[in-house]
Amino acid sequence: MKFIQKFFEDTKPYVQKGAKYHWLHSVHDGMFTLFFVQKNTSKSGSHIHDYIDLKRTMGIVVLALIPALLMGMYNTGYQHFAAIGELANTNFWEVFFYGFLRVVPFILVSYIVGLGIEFVFAQMRGHEIQEGFLVSGMLIPLIMPINTPLWMVAISTAFAVVFVKEVFGGTGMNIWNPALVARAFLFFAYPSQMSGDSVWVSLGGQKAIDGFSGATPMAQAAAGHPNIDIWNSFIGLIPGSIGETSTLAILIGAVILIMTGIGSWKIIFSTFAGGAVMGLILTAFAGNNAYMALPFWEHFIIGGFAFGAVFMATDPVSGTQTERGKWIYGFLIGILAILIRVVNPAYPEGMMLAILLMNTFAPLIDHYIVEGSIKKRLKRAKVNA
Amino acid sequence: MSKVINLKRGFNIRLKGEAEKNLGTSTDTDKVALKPTDFPGLVPKLLVKAGQVVKAGEPIFFDKYNSEVFFTAPTSGEVLEINRGERRKVLEVIIKADGKNESVSFPKSDPKNLSAEEIKEQLLKSGLWSFIKQRPYGSLAKPSQTPKHIFVSCFDSAPLAPDYEFVFNGQTALLQTGVNALAKLTGGKVHLGIRPEQTNGVFSGLKNVEINQFSGAHPAGNVGIQIHQISPINKGEVVWTITPQGLIYIGKLFETGKVDFTKIVALTGSEVKSPKYIKTYHGANLENILKGATQKAGSERIISGNVLTGTKVPADNYLGFFDSQITVIPEGDEYEFMGWADPGFNKFSPGSTFFGKLFPKKAYTLNANLHGGERAFVLSGQYEKYVPMDILPVYLLKAILANDIDKMEQLGIYEIIEEDLALCEYACTSKVKVQEIVRQGLDLMMKELG
Repeated sequence: MKFIQKFFEDTKPYVQKGAKYHWLHSVHDGMFTLFFVQKNTSKSGSHIHDYIDLKRTMGIVVLALIPALLMGMYNTGYQHFAAIGELANTNFWEVFFYGFLRVVPFILVSYIVGLGIEFVFAQMRGHEIQEGFLVSGMLIPLIMPINTPLWMVAISTAFAVVFVKEVFGGTGMNIWNPALVARAFLFFAYPSQMSGDSVWVSLGGQKAIDGFSGATPMAQAAAGHPNIDIWNSFIGLIPGSIGETSTLAILIGAVILIMTGIGSWKIIFSTFAGGAVMGLILTAFAGNNAYMALPFWEHFIIGGFAFGAVFMATDPVSGTQTERGKWIYGFLIGILAILIRVVNPAYPEGMMLAILLMNTFAPLIDHYIVEGSIKKRLKRAKVNA
Repeated sequence: MSKVINLKRGFNIRLKGEAEKNLGTSTDTDKVALKPTDFPGLVPKLLVKAGQVVKAGEPIFFDKYNSEVFFTAPTSGEVLEINRGERRKVLEVIIKADGKNESVSFPKSDPKNLSAEEIKEQLLKSGLWSFIKQRPYGSLAKPSQTPKHIFVSCFDSAPLAPDYEFVFNGQTALLQTGVNALAKLTGGKVHLGIRPEQTNGVFSGLKNVEINQFSGAHPAGNVGIQIHQISPINKGEVVWTITPQGLIYIGKLFETGKVDFTKIVALTGSEVKSPKYIKTYHGANLENILKGATQKAGSERIISGNVLTGTKVPADNYLGFFDSQITVIPEGDEYEFMGWADPGFNKFSPGSTFFGKLFPKKAYTLNANLHGGERAFVLSGQYEKYVPMDILPVYLLKAILANDIDKMEQLGIYEIIEEDLALCEYACTSKVKVQEIVRQGLDLMMKELG
């Protein structure tokens, strides 16, 4: 390890201000801090600081995403071989490897484009590289349909990083969740690539068997004939965006986030609670509308509800920041997601829009919580006076 | 006895190097210093010159904006030098102790028979007034004001803090005299805060006071937290605070007619060979105390005070005015390979992202490394866990950063000083300089509103 440290220390003078390679400064700094926690010590205030930093925090979120990623890879292969009717003749590793090869380019494109832009902005502003994109870069591929062209992944990532994050000041300053905006950007700019029945299953140029539809369970439900295979939906062997299909893998991620305290259990819990309440209300008034009659818990295992609740709604920057606000925020996301899903068939997935909408209103919720605290203090002053 | 106020928020940092409960042989104090920098907002006007011989209790300087408040010599001797920093700011006035600890004579009397004015005058003249702080701002108390209440925290919950029951053992009578003197200065009460375990201790028998019990982790011992629980400060109100050490000094002044600034200090921290209590003066030279007492000189950080709120000092510097603890920890100025990805089986953390949480040890060595880069506020809900007050710390800090005086007031700036949010700074993922920001806000308020 000494030689890596020596390399970074020796090259440091060359990237300082005024030196020949100053344009590489943010790259050098980014890599150095990735390999080594720096030797800076406390200059003011508390002399000791906890070992946690933003790299570790973001690292844990990425770790929590790994089960969903692996299941997504397997499912990509599974859907492919099922569609061409070869599933019975293919072993586990062949299935997984097919998906692996299809998904890895997504991840590479997302990280290269996103981090590239981050490095440029950090250099321009003289900042350190901020870690926020480590998570966004993983989230973006996981919420794309597998047949999304890579150039679309690239431009949506670029759009999200520049217009949703950097224009607001970088990590910690954004109003909306960058990964969701990347998805929304494609959804509105290239709707035919983001929905319909042909985008979810990678055929890889081969011919599908007769009777293959490629529709997601949600699309089927929206069309009025819900046909949900509960076990497959829970495990994640259904068509859908890469990382969102396996409720099981998402639950593992949720356990990691909650155990480490990185994700807010309040938001996760209240999102599901909101979804359950709306689901129950819709069921009560369903009549002979089959989609409305869908039991609330079946909503949780199809589409992006679970993924959104665990990984998107819990984004601490774009969500509410007061503890009481988190309950309201999550609850409304749950309500809106199911409402949009069922009542507005133009948007088959309500989760994305529900979270973006609540991102927009999160500061308002916080505002009222803060006002409440202020009023309480004023009241106390009056009582005493 | 009053009911126990149970504080659920807070955290105890388990550090190695707690002082053993025996009084080590006292080291000779050759030099003592008064540091004006220990008082926020103080502008000292010097009254002595180098070479002048002074007695304990003789004025050294006074506050430009509070000209009745004198700061007096901690012991008798000769003024050795006056160290100045940038723009000739006085950093320390150093006195070479003559070892006799002779005091200026003051009238000896029972404070119960004195008027508030007489008590004030004696405290101001003897320099003991400087031990009384006010809230808001944590600055020097103003003699012209009458506080709503006076608060004394009778335990220190900070990491490795001295045990007051040990330090003040047998001094109940002096404390009582001190309390009696201060009780005359407020229209309200003198509130003491103790732990439930202290109900048969040094402080529990005191009269003329209201005793409140607090259980819970640090910062339960911070007087600001106790004030918030008992009688929170509203706009326009002033309360005073004093440490038990200050009460002892005041008690001695009225009982003996002399000042005696000796005190017991805890020498603590993982780098101290044998952590113990020592008897010395306030403002004592650390050089003698630390000589040979630490593991390896050079790679360590010496702190006058505790690890959360203390001041980093060079080894030949002096104990801070209000500090009754010296902590020595490793500096930790070295790189850590992939530290952020370490599973951390041996790492101590208030969070839950290290496996060390599953295998807790009794005590840990922590160094002064930041363990990460400074970032914007990213996580939410982190600070609240460490502040047992009805306050929104992050919103308050943001109001301070925005210099928004109205918002600061509305969000409770009057109720806090740096130490009350010190744990947030320790636990912060983004390494935000919380205490520096709080002081910046308090300074602004003092400047704008006085």
